Amino acid sequence: MQVPAPFEYERATSVDQAIGLLERLGSSARLVAGGHSLLPMMKLRLANFDYLIDINPLHAELGYIRLTADDVRIGALTRHRELLESDELAAAFPIFRDAERVIADPVVRNRGTLGGSLCQADPSEDLSAVCTTLDASCVIRGPGGAERVVTMEEFHVGPYETAVGDDEMLTEVRLPLRAGGGSAYEKVERRAGDWAVVSAGAAVWLAADGTIADARVGLAAVGPNTTGIPQISAALRGRAPAEELYEQAGAIAARSCDPATDQRGSADYKRHLADELTRRTLRTAVVRARS
Amino acid sequence: MQVTMMVNDVEVTREIEGRLLLVHFLRDVLSLTGTHWGCDTSNCGTCVVWLDGEPVKSCTVLAAMAGGHEVRTVEGLAKGSELDPIQEGFRQCHGLQCGFCTPGMMMTCRALLDKNPDPTDAEIREAISGQICRCTGYSTIVRSVRWASVHEAAAVNQ
Repeated sequence: MQVPAPFEYERATSVDQAIGLLERLGSSARLVAGGHSLLPMMKLRLANFDYLIDINPLHAELGYIRLTADDVRIGALTRHRELLESDELAAAFPIFRDAERVIADPVVRNRGTLGGSLCQADPSEDLSAVCTTLDASCVIRGPGGAERVVTMEEFHVGPYETAVGDDEMLTEVRLPLRAGGGSAYEKVERRAGDWAVVSAGAAVWLAADGTIADARVGLAAVGPNTTGIPQISAALRGRAPAEELYEQAGAIAARSCDPATDQRGSADYKRHLADELTRRTLRTAVVRARS
Repeated sequence: MQVTMMVNDVEVTREIEGRLLLVHFLRDVLSLTGTHWGCDTSNCGTCVVWLDGEPVKSCTVLAAMAGGHEVRTVEGLAKGSELDPIQEGFRQCHGLQCGFCTPGMMMTCRALLDKNPDPTDAEIREAISGQICRCTGYSTIVRSVRWASVHEAAAVNQ
Protein backbone atom coordinates (compact mmCIF):
# COMPACT_ATOMS: atom_id res chain seq x y z
CA MET A 1 0.00 0.00 0.00
CA GLN A 2 1.35 3.40 -0.95
CA VAL A 3 0.37 6.23 1.37
CA PRO A 4 2.06 9.56 2.02
CA ALA A 5 4.11 10.00 5.19
CA PRO A 6 2.10 11.52 8.05
CA PHE A 7 1.18 15.19 7.76
CA GLU A 8 -1.30 17.61 9.24
CA TYR A 9 -4.23 18.43 6.96
CA GLU A 10 -5.40 22.03 6.90
CA ARG A 11 -8.35 23.30 4.94
CA ALA A 12 -8.20 26.73 3.31
CA THR A 13 -11.11 29.07 3.94
CA SER A 14 -9.82 31.99 1.85
CA VAL A 15 -6.79 32.89 -0.24
CA ASP A 16 -5.42 35.17 2.44
CA GLN A 17 -6.02 32.64 5.21
CA ALA A 18 -4.10 30.04 3.16
CA ILE A 19 -1.25 32.49 2.62
CA GLY A 20 -1.31 33.27 6.36
CA LEU A 21 -0.86 29.55 7.06
CA LEU A 22 2.01 29.37 4.55
CA GLU A 23 3.60 32.40 6.19
CA ARG A 24 3.47 30.71 9.58
CA LEU A 25 4.47 27.19 8.48
CA GLY A 26 7.09 28.07 5.85
CA SER A 27 8.61 25.36 3.68
CA SER A 28 7.17 22.58 5.87
CA ALA A 29 3.77 23.28 4.27
CA ARG A 30 2.50 22.89 0.75
CA LEU A 31 -0.71 23.81 -1.01
CA VAL A 32 -2.60 20.92 -2.58
CA ALA A 33 -5.23 21.39 -5.29
CA GLY A 34 -6.08 18.44 -7.56
CA GLY A 35 -3.28 16.48 -5.92
CA HIS A 36 -2.66 14.27 -8.95
CA SER A 37 1.01 15.21 -9.12
CA LEU A 38 1.72 15.97 -5.47
CA LEU A 39 0.07 12.96 -3.81
CA PRO A 40 1.83 10.39 -6.04
CA MET A 41 5.15 12.12 -5.27
CA MET A 42 4.36 12.02 -1.54
CA LYS A 43 3.48 8.33 -1.78
CA LEU A 44 6.93 7.70 -3.25
CA ARG A 45 8.59 9.98 -0.64
CA LEU A 46 9.88 12.17 -3.46
CA ALA A 47 8.14 14.99 -1.59
CA ASN A 48 7.49 15.24 2.15
CA PHE A 49 5.65 17.95 4.00
CA ASP A 50 4.51 18.37 7.59
CA TYR A 51 1.39 20.23 6.49
CA LEU A 52 -0.84 20.09 3.44
CA ILE A 53 -3.18 23.00 2.92
CA ASP A 54 -6.17 21.92 0.83
CA ILE A 55 -7.22 24.82 -1.39
CA ASN A 56 -10.03 22.96 -3.16
CA PRO A 57 -12.58 24.86 -0.99
CA LEU A 58 -11.43 28.02 -2.80
CA HIS A 59 -12.70 26.80 -6.18
CA ALA A 60 -15.59 29.27 -6.16
CA GLU A 61 -13.08 32.08 -5.72
CA LEU A 62 -10.23 30.84 -7.95
CA GLY A 63 -11.99 28.69 -10.56
CA TYR A 64 -12.92 30.98 -13.45
CA ILE A 65 -12.23 31.93 -17.06
CA ARG A 66 -12.82 35.63 -17.71
CA LEU A 67 -12.47 37.51 -20.97
CA THR A 68 -11.49 41.17 -20.73
CA ALA A 69 -10.78 43.58 -23.59
CA ASP A 70 -7.04 42.87 -23.35
CA ASP A 71 -6.63 39.36 -22.07
CA VAL A 72 -8.15 36.13 -20.86
CA ARG A 73 -7.79 35.61 -17.11
CA ILE A 74 -7.94 32.12 -15.70
CA GLY A 75 -8.12 31.37 -11.98
CA ALA A 76 -5.43 29.01 -10.72
CA LEU A 77 -7.98 26.47 -9.44
CA THR A 78 -9.71 26.10 -12.81
CA ARG A 79 -9.78 22.38 -13.51
CA HIS A 80 -8.62 20.69 -16.71
CA ARG A 81 -12.18 19.69 -17.52
CA GLU A 82 -13.32 23.30 -17.25
CA LEU A 83 -10.50 24.44 -19.53
CA LEU A 84 -11.42 21.73 -22.04
CA GLU A 85 -15.12 22.51 -22.03
CA SER A 86 -14.89 26.32 -22.23
CA ASP A 87 -16.07 27.45 -25.67
CA GLU A 88 -14.93 30.99 -24.93
CA LEU A 89 -11.40 29.82 -24.23
CA ALA A 90 -11.37 27.55 -27.29
CA ALA A 91 -12.50 30.45 -29.47
CA ALA A 92 -9.78 32.78 -28.15
CA PHE A 93 -7.02 30.16 -27.86
CA PRO A 94 -7.79 26.84 -29.59
CA ILE A 95 -4.40 25.58 -28.33
CA PHE A 96 -6.04 25.02 -24.93
CA ARG A 97 -8.62 22.57 -26.23
CA ASP A 98 -5.99 20.80 -28.35
CA ALA A 99 -3.82 20.33 -25.28
CA GLU A 100 -6.55 19.48 -22.80
CA ARG A 101 -7.81 16.67 -25.02
CA VAL A 102 -4.47 14.88 -24.52
CA ILE A 103 -3.67 15.79 -20.91
CA ALA A 104 -3.98 12.73 -18.66
CA ASP A 105 -7.48 11.21 -19.00
CA PRO A 106 -11.05 12.46 -18.44
CA VAL A 107 -11.23 11.30 -14.81
CA VAL A 108 -7.90 12.89 -13.86
CA ARG A 109 -9.00 16.04 -15.69
CA ASN A 110 -11.91 16.30 -13.25
CA ARG A 111 -9.41 17.03 -10.47
CA GLY A 112 -6.21 18.53 -11.91
CA THR A 113 -5.92 22.31 -12.09
CA LEU A 114 -4.13 24.92 -14.18
CA GLY A 115 -2.32 26.35 -11.17
CA GLY A 116 -1.26 22.94 -9.94
CA SER A 117 0.11 22.04 -13.36
CA LEU A 118 2.19 25.21 -13.59
CA CYS A 119 3.42 25.01 -9.98
CA GLN A 120 4.45 21.39 -10.46
CA ALA A 121 6.81 22.77 -13.15
CA ASP A 122 7.39 19.36 -14.65
CA PRO A 123 9.31 19.89 -17.91
CA SER A 124 7.06 17.31 -19.60
CA GLU A 125 3.89 19.06 -18.50
CA ASP A 126 1.67 20.35 -21.29
CA LEU A 127 0.02 23.46 -19.84
CA SER A 128 3.39 25.07 -19.08
CA ALA A 129 4.20 24.75 -22.79
CA VAL A 130 0.77 26.17 -23.69
CA CYS A 131 1.20 29.16 -21.37
CA THR A 132 4.73 29.75 -22.65
CA THR A 133 3.45 29.66 -26.22
CA LEU A 134 0.76 32.22 -25.40
CA ASP A 135 3.21 34.52 -23.56
CA ALA A 136 1.18 34.18 -20.37
CA SER A 137 1.89 36.04 -17.18
CA CYS A 138 1.30 34.65 -13.71
CA VAL A 139 -0.20 36.53 -10.78
CA ILE A 140 1.46 35.55 -7.50
CA ARG A 141 -0.09 36.65 -4.24
CA GLY A 142 1.83 36.96 -1.00
CA PRO A 143 1.35 38.09 2.61
CA GLY A 144 -0.71 41.22 3.18
CA GLY A 145 -2.44 40.85 -0.18
CA ALA A 146 0.69 41.89 -2.08
CA GLU A 147 0.52 40.77 -5.72
CA ARG A 148 3.24 40.53 -8.32
CA VAL A 149 2.99 39.53 -11.96
CA VAL A 150 5.75 37.51 -13.63
CA THR A 151 6.29 36.17 -17.15
CA MET A 152 6.36 32.41 -17.79
CA GLU A 153 10.15 32.65 -18.24
CA GLU A 154 10.45 34.19 -14.79
CA PHE A 155 7.86 31.82 -13.31
CA HIS A 156 9.58 28.63 -14.41
CA VAL A 157 12.89 28.63 -12.51
CA GLY A 158 13.84 25.03 -13.30
CA PRO A 159 12.47 21.49 -13.13
CA TYR A 160 9.93 21.35 -10.28
CA GLU A 161 10.95 24.86 -9.24
CA THR A 162 8.99 28.07 -9.68
CA ALA A 163 9.17 31.72 -8.68
CA VAL A 164 6.38 31.16 -6.15
CA GLY A 165 7.85 31.66 -2.66
CA ASP A 166 7.12 29.56 0.43
CA ASP A 167 4.55 32.10 1.60
CA GLU A 168 3.00 32.83 -1.79
CA MET A 169 0.27 31.40 -4.01
CA LEU A 170 -0.25 31.45 -7.78
CA THR A 171 -3.75 32.87 -8.12
CA GLU A 172 -4.28 33.72 -11.79
CA VAL A 173 -2.84 33.25 -15.26
CA ARG A 174 -3.29 36.03 -17.84
CA LEU A 175 -3.15 35.40 -21.56
CA PRO A 176 -2.79 38.54 -23.68
CA LEU A 177 -5.32 38.91 -26.53
CA ARG A 178 -3.90 40.18 -29.81
CA ALA A 179 -5.55 40.65 -33.18
CA GLY A 180 -5.17 38.09 -35.96
CA GLY A 181 -4.19 35.23 -33.68
CA GLY A 182 -4.28 31.47 -34.19
CA SER A 183 -2.82 28.67 -32.10
CA ALA A 184 -2.46 24.89 -31.98
CA TYR A 185 -0.97 22.08 -29.90
CA GLU A 186 0.20 18.58 -30.73
CA LYS A 187 1.51 15.83 -28.53
CA VAL A 188 3.01 12.45 -29.30
CA GLU A 189 2.41 10.00 -26.47
CA ARG A 190 2.92 6.26 -26.14
CA ARG A 191 -0.62 5.62 -24.94
CA ALA A 192 -3.67 7.58 -23.80
CA GLY A 193 -2.95 9.59 -20.67
CA ASP A 194 0.81 9.23 -20.71
CA TRP A 195 3.36 11.99 -20.44
CA ALA A 196 4.46 13.43 -23.76
CA VAL A 197 7.29 11.89 -25.73
CA VAL A 198 7.39 15.42 -27.12
CA SER A 199 4.73 18.16 -27.33
CA ALA A 200 4.73 21.40 -29.24
CA GLY A 201 2.53 24.46 -29.15
CA ALA A 202 2.50 27.28 -31.67
CA ALA A 203 0.79 30.66 -31.78
CA VAL A 204 0.88 33.12 -34.67
CA TRP A 205 -0.50 36.60 -35.08
CA LEU A 206 -1.05 37.74 -38.66
CA ALA A 207 -0.81 41.36 -39.78
CA ALA A 208 -3.47 42.91 -42.04
CA ASP A 209 -1.32 42.12 -45.11
CA GLY A 210 -1.23 38.44 -44.18
CA THR A 211 2.39 38.35 -43.03
CA ILE A 212 3.37 37.02 -39.64
CA ALA A 213 3.36 39.90 -37.15
CA ASP A 214 4.55 37.61 -34.38
CA ALA A 215 4.86 33.90 -33.64
CA ARG A 216 5.79 31.80 -30.63
CA VAL A 217 6.59 28.13 -30.20
CA GLY A 218 6.73 26.25 -26.89
CA LEU A 219 7.98 22.70 -26.43
CA ALA A 220 7.53 20.18 -23.63
CA ALA A 221 9.52 17.08 -22.67
CA VAL A 222 12.66 18.06 -24.58
CA GLY A 223 14.91 19.29 -21.80
CA PRO A 224 15.06 20.49 -18.21
CA ASN A 225 12.89 23.52 -18.87
CA THR A 226 9.66 24.32 -20.65
CA THR A 227 10.74 27.40 -22.49
CA GLY A 228 9.88 29.30 -25.61
CA ILE A 229 12.27 29.52 -28.53
CA PRO A 230 12.95 33.20 -29.31
CA GLN A 231 14.99 32.32 -32.43
CA ILE A 232 11.85 30.86 -34.03
CA SER A 233 9.91 34.06 -33.33
CA ALA A 234 12.74 36.09 -34.85
CA ALA A 235 12.85 33.86 -37.95
CA LEU A 236 9.11 34.11 -38.57
CA ARG A 237 8.36 37.78 -37.88
CA GLY A 238 7.60 39.84 -40.96
CA ARG A 239 7.56 36.83 -43.28
CA ALA A 240 4.64 35.47 -45.28
CA PRO A 241 3.41 32.07 -44.02
CA ALA A 242 4.85 29.30 -46.19
CA GLU A 243 5.86 25.66 -45.97
CA GLU A 244 9.59 26.54 -46.26
CA LEU A 245 9.21 28.86 -43.31
CA TYR A 246 7.69 26.11 -41.15
CA GLU A 247 10.56 23.83 -42.16
CA GLN A 248 13.01 26.47 -41.08
CA ALA A 249 11.20 26.85 -37.74
CA GLY A 250 11.17 23.08 -37.25
CA ALA A 251 14.91 22.91 -37.85
CA ILE A 252 15.48 25.63 -35.25
CA ALA A 253 13.26 23.75 -32.77
CA ALA A 254 15.23 20.53 -33.27
CA ARG A 255 18.50 22.39 -32.82
CA SER A 256 17.47 24.41 -29.78
CA CYS A 257 16.05 21.64 -27.63
CA ASP A 258 17.97 19.34 -25.32
CA PRO A 259 16.13 16.03 -25.06
CA ALA A 260 17.42 12.99 -23.18
CA THR A 261 17.23 9.39 -24.33
CA ASP A 262 14.86 7.48 -22.04
CA GLN A 263 12.16 4.82 -22.15
CA ARG A 264 9.96 7.18 -24.18
CA GLY A 265 12.42 7.45 -27.05
CA SER A 266 15.90 8.39 -28.15
CA ALA A 267 17.16 11.96 -28.13
CA ASP A 268 17.35 11.81 -31.93
CA TYR A 269 13.73 10.71 -32.23
CA LYS A 270 12.64 13.49 -29.88
CA ARG A 271 14.52 16.07 -31.94
CA HIS A 272 12.75 14.73 -34.99
CA LEU A 273 9.41 15.13 -33.19
CA ALA A 274 10.28 18.68 -32.07
CA ASP A 275 10.92 19.51 -35.74
CA GLU A 276 7.81 17.80 -37.10
CA LEU A 277 5.40 18.98 -34.39
CA THR A 278 6.65 22.56 -34.70
CA ARG A 279 5.86 22.48 -38.43
CA ARG A 280 2.45 20.92 -37.91
CA THR A 281 1.35 23.29 -35.16
CA LEU A 282 2.55 26.36 -37.06
CA ARG A 283 0.66 25.18 -40.13
CA THR A 284 -2.55 24.70 -38.12
CA ALA A 285 -2.10 27.95 -36.20
CA VAL A 286 -1.83 29.92 -39.46
CA VAL A 287 -4.95 28.25 -40.88
CA ARG A 288 -6.83 29.13 -37.70
CA ALA A 289 -5.50 32.71 -37.68
CA ARG A 290 -6.87 33.16 -41.20
CA SER A 291 -10.31 31.79 -40.44
CA MET B 1 -8.84 14.70 12.62
CA GLN B 2 -12.58 14.25 12.25
CA VAL B 3 -14.23 14.03 8.84
CA THR B 4 -17.91 14.05 7.93
CA MET B 5 -19.22 13.31 4.45
CA MET B 6 -22.20 11.83 2.67
CA VAL B 7 -21.51 8.36 1.26
CA ASN B 8 -24.28 6.89 -0.88
CA ASP B 9 -26.76 9.29 0.75
CA VAL B 10 -25.75 8.34 4.30
CA GLU B 11 -23.88 10.79 6.52
CA VAL B 12 -20.75 9.29 8.04
CA THR B 13 -18.37 10.81 10.61
CA ARG B 14 -15.05 9.19 11.45
CA GLU B 15 -11.77 10.01 13.13
CA ILE B 16 -9.01 9.65 10.52
CA GLU B 17 -5.38 10.46 9.79
CA GLY B 18 -4.84 13.37 7.39
CA ARG B 19 -2.92 11.11 5.01
CA LEU B 20 -5.69 8.51 4.65
CA LEU B 21 -6.70 8.13 1.01
CA LEU B 22 -10.37 8.08 0.06
CA VAL B 23 -10.10 4.56 -1.39
CA HIS B 24 -8.85 3.17 1.94
CA PHE B 25 -11.41 5.19 3.89
CA LEU B 26 -14.18 3.59 1.84
CA ARG B 27 -12.78 0.07 1.93
CA ASP B 28 -11.10 -0.21 5.34
CA VAL B 29 -13.03 2.26 7.49
CA LEU B 30 -16.52 1.97 5.99
CA SER B 31 -16.10 -1.64 4.72
CA LEU B 32 -17.44 -0.59 1.30
CA THR B 33 -15.20 -2.98 -0.60
CA GLY B 34 -17.07 -2.60 -3.88
CA THR B 35 -14.59 0.14 -4.76
CA HIS B 36 -11.40 -1.63 -5.77
CA TRP B 37 -7.87 -0.57 -5.04
CA GLY B 38 -5.51 -1.18 -7.94
CA CYS B 39 -2.41 0.56 -9.22
CA ASP B 40 -2.23 3.26 -6.53
CA THR B 41 -0.86 5.68 -9.16
CA SER B 42 -4.08 7.05 -10.71
CA ASN B 43 -3.49 5.06 -13.89
CA CYS B 44 -5.81 2.04 -13.73
CA GLY B 45 -9.11 3.63 -12.67
CA THR B 46 -10.56 0.70 -10.75
CA CYS B 47 -10.90 3.00 -7.69
CA VAL B 48 -13.16 5.52 -9.45
CA VAL B 49 -15.97 6.90 -7.29
CA TRP B 50 -18.00 10.08 -7.59
CA LEU B 51 -17.13 13.20 -5.65
CA ASP B 52 -20.07 15.60 -5.92
CA GLY B 53 -21.23 13.68 -9.00
CA GLU B 54 -17.89 13.75 -10.85
CA PRO B 55 -15.82 10.58 -11.31
CA VAL B 56 -12.49 10.79 -9.49
CA LYS B 57 -9.68 8.33 -8.81
CA SER B 58 -10.03 7.73 -5.09
CA CYS B 59 -6.42 6.51 -4.69
CA THR B 60 -5.34 10.08 -5.39
CA VAL B 61 -7.89 11.94 -3.29
CA LEU B 62 -7.46 12.35 0.47
CA ALA B 63 -10.43 11.22 2.53
CA ALA B 64 -10.16 14.61 4.26
CA MET B 65 -10.71 16.35 0.91
CA ALA B 66 -14.12 14.66 0.68
CA GLY B 67 -15.18 16.15 4.00
CA GLY B 68 -18.42 18.09 3.56
CA HIS B 69 -18.94 16.57 0.12
CA GLU B 70 -21.01 13.78 -1.41
CA VAL B 71 -19.37 10.52 -2.37
CA ARG B 72 -21.06 7.80 -4.39
CA THR B 73 -19.60 4.34 -4.83
CA VAL B 74 -20.64 1.30 -6.85
CA GLU B 75 -22.72 0.21 -3.82
CA GLY B 76 -24.84 3.31 -4.44
CA LEU B 77 -25.71 2.51 -8.07
CA ALA B 78 -28.58 0.07 -7.65
CA LYS B 79 -31.91 1.21 -6.27
CA GLY B 80 -32.63 -1.51 -3.73
CA SER B 81 -32.80 -4.78 -5.64
CA GLU B 82 -33.20 -3.00 -8.98
CA LEU B 83 -29.92 -2.77 -10.85
CA ASP B 84 -28.95 0.46 -12.55
CA PRO B 85 -29.20 0.08 -16.36
CA ILE B 86 -25.42 0.32 -16.57
CA GLN B 87 -25.10 -2.67 -14.23
CA GLU B 88 -27.72 -4.56 -16.21
CA GLY B 89 -25.86 -3.67 -19.42
CA PHE B 90 -22.60 -5.11 -18.08
CA ARG B 91 -24.52 -8.25 -17.11
CA GLN B 92 -26.34 -8.61 -20.43
CA CYS B 93 -23.36 -7.87 -22.69
CA HIS B 94 -20.62 -9.63 -20.74
CA GLY B 95 -18.94 -6.33 -19.86
CA LEU B 96 -16.70 -8.10 -17.39
CA GLN B 97 -14.74 -11.26 -16.93
CA CYS B 98 -12.65 -11.08 -13.76
CA GLY B 99 -14.56 -8.02 -12.53
CA PHE B 100 -11.62 -6.15 -11.05
CA CYS B 101 -12.01 -3.01 -13.19
CA THR B 102 -15.81 -3.18 -13.18
CA PRO B 103 -16.74 -0.86 -10.28
CA GLY B 104 -14.61 1.96 -11.66
CA MET B 105 -15.82 1.33 -15.22
CA MET B 106 -19.46 1.43 -14.16
CA MET B 107 -19.08 4.64 -12.15
CA THR B 108 -17.39 6.41 -15.06
CA CYS B 109 -19.87 5.08 -17.61
CA ARG B 110 -22.89 6.01 -15.46
CA ALA B 111 -21.54 9.56 -15.22
CA LEU B 112 -21.01 9.58 -18.99
CA LEU B 113 -24.63 8.58 -19.67
CA ASP B 114 -25.89 11.19 -17.21
CA LYS B 115 -24.15 13.89 -19.27
CA ASN B 116 -24.49 12.31 -22.69
CA PRO B 117 -27.38 9.82 -22.90
CA ASP B 118 -26.49 8.65 -26.43
CA PRO B 119 -22.70 8.48 -26.70
CA THR B 120 -20.89 7.16 -29.76
CA ASP B 121 -18.49 4.25 -29.38
CA ALA B 122 -15.62 6.74 -29.69
CA GLU B 123 -17.06 8.87 -26.88
CA ILE B 124 -17.42 5.80 -24.66
CA ARG B 125 -13.83 4.79 -25.34
CA GLU B 126 -12.64 8.33 -24.63
CA ALA B 127 -14.56 8.36 -21.33
CA ILE B 128 -12.88 5.15 -20.13
CA SER B 129 -9.46 5.96 -21.57
CA GLY B 130 -8.07 6.44 -18.08
CA GLN B 131 -9.14 2.97 -17.00
CA ILE B 132 -7.61 -0.38 -17.71
CA CYS B 133 -9.36 -3.69 -18.39
CA ARG B 134 -7.12 -6.69 -19.00
CA CYS B 135 -9.91 -9.16 -19.84
CA THR B 136 -12.44 -7.81 -22.28
CA GLY B 137 -10.45 -5.85 -24.81
CA TYR B 138 -13.01 -3.14 -24.06
CA SER B 139 -15.41 -4.18 -26.86
CA THR B 140 -17.94 -5.72 -24.52
CA ILE B 141 -17.66 -2.75 -22.15
CA VAL B 142 -18.53 -0.40 -25.01
CA ARG B 143 -21.40 -2.73 -25.94
CA SER B 144 -22.64 -2.74 -22.32
CA VAL B 145 -22.77 1.04 -22.22
CA ARG B 146 -24.60 1.09 -25.55
CA TRP B 147 -27.09 -1.42 -24.09
CA ALA B 148 -27.73 0.86 -21.12
CA SER B 149 -28.07 3.89 -23.38
CA VAL B 150 -30.60 2.21 -25.68
CA HIS B 151 -32.64 0.72 -22.83
CA GLU B 152 -32.73 3.98 -20.92
CA ALA B 153 -33.95 5.81 -24.02
CA ALA B 154 -36.63 3.16 -24.54
CA ALA B 155 -37.73 3.46 -20.89
CA VAL B 156 -38.02 7.24 -21.23
CA ASN B 157 -40.09 6.90 -24.42
CA GLN B 158 -42.56 4.49 -22.84
